[in-house]
Amino acid sequence: MSDTSLSTLAAQLAAKQVSSRELAQTYLDRIAALNPSINAFITVDPEKTLLEAAAADALIAAGQAGPLTGVPIAHKDIFCTDGWLTTCGSKMLHNFVAPYDAHVIQRFKAAGMPSLGKTNMDEFAMGSSNETSHFGPVKNPWNPAYVPGGSSGGAAACVAARMAPAATGTDTGGSIRQPAALCGITGLKPTYGLVSRYGMIAFASSLDQAGPMAPSAEDCALLLNVMTGFDPNDSTSLERDKEDYTRDLGKPLTGLRVGLPREFFAEGLNNEVAAAVDAAVEELKNLGATTVEISLANSKLAIPVYYVLAPAEASSNLSRFDGVRYGYRAPDYASLDDMYCKTRAQGFGAEVKRRILIGAYVLSHGYYDAYYLQAQKIRRLIADDFNEAFKACDVILGPTAPGTAFKLGEKSDDPVEMYLNDLYTIPANLAGLPGMSLPCGFDTRGLPIGLQLVGNYFSEAKMLNVAHQYQRTTDWHARAPEGLK
Amino acid sequence: MKWETVIGLEVHTQLATKSKIFSGSSTAFGAAPNTQANAVDIALPGVLPVLNKGAVECAIKFGLAIGATLNRVNVFDRKNYFYPDLPKGYQISQLAKPIVEGGALTIVVPSTSSGQSEERVIHLTRAHMEEDAGKSLHEDFHGMTGIDLNRAGTPLLEIVSEPEMRSSAEAVAYARALHTLVTWIGICDGNMQEGSFRVDANVSVRPVGQTEFGTRREIKNLNSFRFLQQAIDYEVRWQIETLEDGGRIEQATVLFDPDTGETRMMRSKEDAHDYRYFPDPDLLPVRLTDEWIEQVRAEMPELPQVKLAKYRMDGLSVYDATALTSSRATAEYFEAVLASLSPSPSPGGSGEQAKLAANWVMGELAAALNKAELDIAQSPVSAAQLGTLITRIQDGTLSGKLAKQVFEGLWEGAGEVDAIIEARGLKQMSDSGELEKIIDDVLAANPKSVEEFRAGKDKAFNALVGQVMKASRGKANPAQVNELLKGKLQ
Repeated sequence: MSDTSLSTLAAQLAAKQVSSRELAQTYLDRIAALNPSINAFITVDPEKTLLEAAAADALIAAGQAGPLTGVPIAHKDIFCTDGWLTTCGSKMLHNFVAPYDAHVIQRFKAAGMPSLGKTNMDEFAMGSSNETSHFGPVKNPWNPAYVPGGSSGGAAACVAARMAPAATGTDTGGSIRQPAALCGITGLKPTYGLVSRYGMIAFASSLDQAGPMAPSAEDCALLLNVMTGFDPNDSTSLERDKEDYTRDLGKPLTGLRVGLPREFFAEGLNNEVAAAVDAAVEELKNLGATTVEISLANSKLAIPVYYVLAPAEASSNLSRFDGVRYGYRAPDYASLDDMYCKTRAQGFGAEVKRRILIGAYVLSHGYYDAYYLQAQKIRRLIADDFNEAFKACDVILGPTAPGTAFKLGEKSDDPVEMYLNDLYTIPANLAGLPGMSLPCGFDTRGLPIGLQLVGNYFSEAKMLNVAHQYQRTTDWHARAPEGLK
Repeated sequence: MKWETVIGLEVHTQLATKSKIFSGSSTAFGAAPNTQANAVDIALPGVLPVLNKGAVECAIKFGLAIGATLNRVNVFDRKNYFYPDLPKGYQISQLAKPIVEGGALTIVVPSTSSGQSEERVIHLTRAHMEEDAGKSLHEDFHGMTGIDLNRAGTPLLEIVSEPEMRSSAEAVAYARALHTLVTWIGICDGNMQEGSFRVDANVSVRPVGQTEFGTRREIKNLNSFRFLQQAIDYEVRWQIETLEDGGRIEQATVLFDPDTGETRMMRSKEDAHDYRYFPDPDLLPVRLTDEWIEQVRAEMPELPQVKLAKYRMDGLSVYDATALTSSRATAEYFEAVLASLSPSPSPGGSGEQAKLAANWVMGELAAALNKAELDIAQSPVSAAQLGTLITRIQDGTLSGKLAKQVFEGLWEGAGEVDAIIEARGLKQMSDSGELEKIIDDVLAANPKSVEEFRAGKDKAFNALVGQVMKASRGKANPAQVNELLKGKLQ
């Protein structure tokens, strides 16, 4: 495939050079060819996809097409999708066919964008390597011996392998940005509250946010236009005027103040990643930006704070998976308590159980103040650091992850080592700030390197333009793994 | 040893909102199982709660009605536990900051020793908003349990009193006063059979004079005032006996069995859950502004305690005033009767009329309603009709006895007051000539009684009055009969 940017595909559809059905079929064929080795999709249903594509074609023919009508997209299997299996990567929901559409799904349907299928993910979005999925790990398209990152690993891998022109993801502690970095694509986690969480299976409610994943920043801006907007069904959804996230694309970066947090360039950062990020900083300077060193002193506490708060919320959010109403139920049990215990013991994987246990522990009587309350206080301090930093800069820049993709199985036995992968991404979730990752090079093994931008609240349009200007002078984002059929 | 009983009540009132507290489904009672449970109520993956502001307004009304402090920032907390009729695996409630704190309720306790009613003020600890659970249905399914989630998400206000009650009679009086108040201000339909008003009683005993509380046991889910009384009485006896036999009371939750009249252990303190409360991240704090509170206040009816004070100013006894304010419908009926009296009662000089109206509302009308098992709102006799009836007593058209016959006619739907008097010939005899003739006839026919009266037997006079009343078919004015008869016999 040549140029698969969303604007190009949309233009071809509008000019009737290709139909949505043809486009969908092209991608379905590629999925059929590549998915057995990459495992990016849990569910593919060509019949449903082609029906949606036909409906999009009808809209185009009737002159009722929107900007992206007919362009297919893949959805993370965390979004409830009416009539589709929606598993959240778990045995617990291995048989759950959602009876309703998540708000995000509704918006993409309303935009006339056919669904290519449901992408693989870490179980209940808990993981940084996509190895905790009940449906098997996803392979990194750049090298199948390596992980794609997680939890939106299927989404990142399918976009990187050009099995889909774009995908939805969700990000609780880096689940859009880290896999985007490891797979060499662009992904954005919006300001908390910008995209409705209704119908998105909850991991940690105060941190979860859905966002777009695609090769370029321009693609992400177009997708964000579709995804955002107030939803009365989500009490944390923000009531704001509709924005056009493409509006700043094309503005020069002259005078842009880029903040470089000293804590993000310290010990633990891989040299090749550091070098690639430094080079990107030079590139931005060439484009007119200036840099300023800043400090996010409390960000070193982000991981411990996150691993108190996220499991606390998760332990409660996942209580509904009890085998009573839907999903997995243990086949044999002697009593109600036995049914609960066996269902949850068999239905959840090890990482999910670990986090439920941590969460239940930190919320329990006598520990709540020392863990949960304390973590909430530090969370505010972390947000305060950002607040202070944005007085001196317009956007914060650093590496997305401390390293590039690691080998399958390399970290799966060491949860703490795995958790450290989200060192740089978690602070933005804790503060509710927008963050994005974009490709900025490759390491010597040929694996992509990701650059992270963190912006102030509601500065998505500005961040997207910073990334866009960078992508106009570089081609890291345009590279696709060779050797895939 | 003499023992003192200490009781505190926790009452779950279902709030009378049309839809649930966090979803749009209906709260109507009695629908087929699971037909009023939507995606949010059954806790499908991905669904989120959205607060029903109507439930908050009910809580504001309650807080205003009891003179409590309203917390301006309201946080919802999750109370985590597993049960099949709790679909999310947690209940959304309020722990740290309940919407209502403090406040008090005046209760009237019928005193057994003096025969007089006694007023007491009971303080409230707090009242908080939460959602109801569904129901587990253990009948109808062989070896299985059915789950009905229609009730799941129905808004509740849990109202907690201080442990200030000292007898089952006080507890019942408090529960009744609370029941009156919540139905009065329209935040609860008060239907105890349907579970709209459920009482938990925390009961302990201690030797008289001891300041610290004894160990309490909580009696769960009492759904009638009678059961509340019986359960507390049994529990108090059981606790005293246990202590006097040298035993100890263990903190526990117990259930009352109406068939045996006994309480039995449900779970001990050791089985108590750790609910792992934390603020619900799906819901933002709800702020109560002055403006909102005033808007709610403006919608509230005059409160029972205000009406009670007014009725007492009108000269009614505590007993009468309490009975008339036992429900808003009764008070409204009573006031409508007063309003329809002709001439209408003048302020300050209304005592007699108010007393008469009160007697009719709580006497004849209440008895008839009770017999027919009707609520005052369904009374076949309207307040205007009762007002006319009382007017006819006051203007001398009817004696009390005739008025009762007219009331029967009104009850049967025989028409308006004056028409019934006319049709049934119930007008009191006011023509003294006609009455004199009857008296003369009676005296002539009862020479023995006349003789006895003259011999000093007062009883004989009463017999003659009775004969005259009988001969007039009850229409003679008894006072006039007395007067005329006395004159003729002297």
